[in-house]
Amino acid sequence: MNNKLSKFARISVFIAIGCIAALWFVPMWRIDLAAPQYPEGIFMQIWINDVKGDVDVINGLNHYIGMKTIHKEDFREFVYLPIVLAAFCIFGLVVLIKGRRRAYYIWTGALLAIATLSMYDFWKWEYDYGHNLDPTAPIKVPGMAYQPPFIGYKKMLNFEALSQPDIGGWLFITAAILLTSVSIYEWRRAKKQLHENPFGQSPASRRHDKRMQQGV
Amino acid sequence: MKSTESAVSGDAAAKTYVAPGKYDELYNFVSGGFNGQVSVYGLPSGRLLKLIPVFSVHPENGYGFNEETKPMLQTSYGFVPWDDQHHLALSQTNGEHDGRWLFANANNTPRVGRIDLKTFKTAEIIELPNSGGNHSSPFITENTEYVIAGTRFAIPVGNQESPLDNASFKKNFKSTASFISVDKNTGHMSVSFQIILPGMDLDLSRAGKGPSHGWFFFSTYNTEQASTLLEVNASQKDKDFIVAVNWKKAEEYIKAGKGKKMPVEYYHNVYDEETHSATSRIIKEVLTLDPEELKDMVYLIPCPKSPHGCDVDPSGEFIVGSGKLAALIPVFSYQKLIKAIDDKAFEGEYNGIPVVKYEAALHGEVQKPGLGPLHTEFDGKGNAYTSFFVSSEIVKWSVKDLKVLDRVPTYYSIGHLMVPGGDTKKPYGKYVVAYNKITKDRYLPTGPELAQSAQLYSIDGDKMQLLLDFPTIGEPHYAQAIPAEKIREQSVKFFDINKNKHPYVSLGEKATKVVREGNVVHVYMTAIRSHLTPDNIEGIQVGDEVYFHVTNLEQDWDIPHGFAIKHAPNAELLIMPGETNTLKFVPVKPGIYPFYCTDFCSALHQEMQGYLRVSPKGSNVPLKWGTGEEEAAAPVAAR
Ligand SMILES: [Cu+2]
Repeated sequence: MNNKLSKFARISVFIAIGCIAALWFVPMWRIDLAAPQYPEGIFMQIWINDVKGDVDVINGLNHYIGMKTIHKEDFREFVYLPIVLAAFCIFGLVVLIKGRRRAYYIWTGALLAIATLSMYDFWKWEYDYGHNLDPTAPIKVPGMAYQPPFIGYKKMLNFEALSQPDIGGWLFITAAILLTSVSIYEWRRAKKQLHENPFGQSPASRRHDKRMQQGV
Repeated sequence: MKSTESAVSGDAAAKTYVAPGKYDELYNFVSGGFNGQVSVYGLPSGRLLKLIPVFSVHPENGYGFNEETKPMLQTSYGFVPWDDQHHLALSQTNGEHDGRWLFANANNTPRVGRIDLKTFKTAEIIELPNSGGNHSSPFITENTEYVIAGTRFAIPVGNQESPLDNASFKKNFKSTASFISVDKNTGHMSVSFQIILPGMDLDLSRAGKGPSHGWFFFSTYNTEQASTLLEVNASQKDKDFIVAVNWKKAEEYIKAGKGKKMPVEYYHNVYDEETHSATSRIIKEVLTLDPEELKDMVYLIPCPKSPHGCDVDPSGEFIVGSGKLAALIPVFSYQKLIKAIDDKAFEGEYNGIPVVKYEAALHGEVQKPGLGPLHTEFDGKGNAYTSFFVSSEIVKWSVKDLKVLDRVPTYYSIGHLMVPGGDTKKPYGKYVVAYNKITKDRYLPTGPELAQSAQLYSIDGDKMQLLLDFPTIGEPHYAQAIPAEKIREQSVKFFDINKNKHPYVSLGEKATKVVREGNVVHVYMTAIRSHLTPDNIEGIQVGDEVYFHVTNLEQDWDIPHGFAIKHAPNAELLIMPGETNTLKFVPVKPGIYPFYCTDFCSALHQEMQGYLRVSPKGSNVPLKWGTGEEEAAAPVAAR
């Protein structure tokens, strides 16, 4: 059977590596906050290796309700994630050299696995951040948790929060959709080839077969 | 006569209404007169936005009370915590306001201040030697090359003691025009040179612009050189002078080594934005030029009678003299002045300085304009607006043909007036603002001391239209206004704490401590919503000099913290985010002294407080301090 990648799939490897490599230069996620006394808004950006934006301001505000302060140093993710994504990019090059469908499928699976794990990790952090409150906090609202929205909008006390992918997040999503689509395409192509050519002949011999059938 | 009510037409309110949440069109910087401050209003609403202390201490934010700003008010005669602030000048580039700095004069103890328009803080104050009162100041050249400081009172040069009579005045008393150069990048001022003029009173001044760039024009009174009862004795001559100074020529003479160094002593105080502290330097020398020797540097133009304003129009060609006691307004021509000088069309000399013939320099006279002309500004369409103190009105007239075009009453007794950019090459020209001396019956009475006022008029159409009047703080003299967009975006929101180079900064709560050096105690304290660190301090003794160095750790817009301690005999601190301020406190009795944050900073502002324990002198209570722990964190035996 022919399991070489199509030209289209080969190009997609470059695009996907480009999308992921860009994460070193653009933020992945952003959470925007607005309140009456912050008409100009405050925001936090999550990068693969950093948290940026008005983190100090958010830390300053959150101490009233006993939320932990956010510090870059507390996130092991900022060490692992760049390594994992760098490995993913190198793996991509291997896929390109090998040019095999199977490698491509595994590579796609790896990206989806990274995405799922990261999202779960992010949700878990948010849950912990919003629920693990200091029992001596000055302001306690009965039954109130402050878990920020995983994605989308949520109102928390006087704050309105909006959580959404930033440029890097969209690039990641683009890479994931691209790889998944190409994998499906490749898989279908493979199936078609199998159907047309169950003996796994080369295109040249296929032409030969056709000529034979036409009685040349 | 028009009644007050009929003077305001129907749509006036709409033209000044700035809806909640909307910004004003212009910043209006108004001199505070005898309050020594500058107030900032929004136009056209007339809303008060800020008071900037310059020459007077200000308990509201600790200016002149905290250790960092005390050096700003140092002079060669000691700490002078008050002054009389009359005129303002915005820095210019190519004859237009550039929004970098605002210069202010101190009339009483001669000084010039510079306000930084990024922070709206006084950044620098320079004292003036050989000056009797800095009135014709701080007028400015078209690229901020020089800020001027002309003395109002003639005094003996070097300020030596001298008899007080007319003979002694004529012999010993001199006036000086100081040329303060301004560094292009830092704004730092230094007295470049002084021209020593005959004894007379310099009143106001204007720089030439365009063709007349390189000249300065001063109005002057008491050319009679009287020392007593000036009301009569200085109103004798039919004409006083406009003093025309060719400062480019003065620069040439200095280059040629014609200046004389004179020993003096004056202070130069500079505020550093990174240490959040001011430092003073004493300067001991000044360069002087003598126009009696250096003949072609200064000329006098006769001007009727006791002129106040001498204002240069946007083209730089016309100089309007406003004789306070004259019944007409003379307008001089720069080209004619130069021609008269070239032709030697002089009518004589005054104390060795050539006096140009009146008619030779005259463009023409505005006939019967009103009573008591004081000051003129321009709209950029060839029109002039002159304030009339005695007849309480603004008169609009045409610079070209000198015809009166319109007049409106003011309430009452207008001094200066201001067209936004009216002193520049490109006036903004939509409004004229009157700054009035008397307001009786205009507002609700407040006892014998009433508010002063400003009045806003539209000058968009052919007829001036009164839009609004609003009370002002202090007594407004001259003012400046600038479109909001030239300043708004550059406004500093907070200071970067990583750039805080204050010698007693605490970079974080962990850095807080209390250090004793003999009977001096330094408290390194931090403020953040909603606590002070440390908030319990023990081991202080009666008579100790305690310095509270409070660093505001916030890095957020509009979150200042205050600091006040019971019985402190000065003021509070008001510390901007990222800033360090120091309050000196010497306890005189043992006891417990509460301290707290004075600026309502957060929901837990009221809890932002602490205690200082003061023990009797010689007590063996050890020095200790802490926050948030039952046992104090770091006990240290008193050294
Ligand atoms: Cu506070």
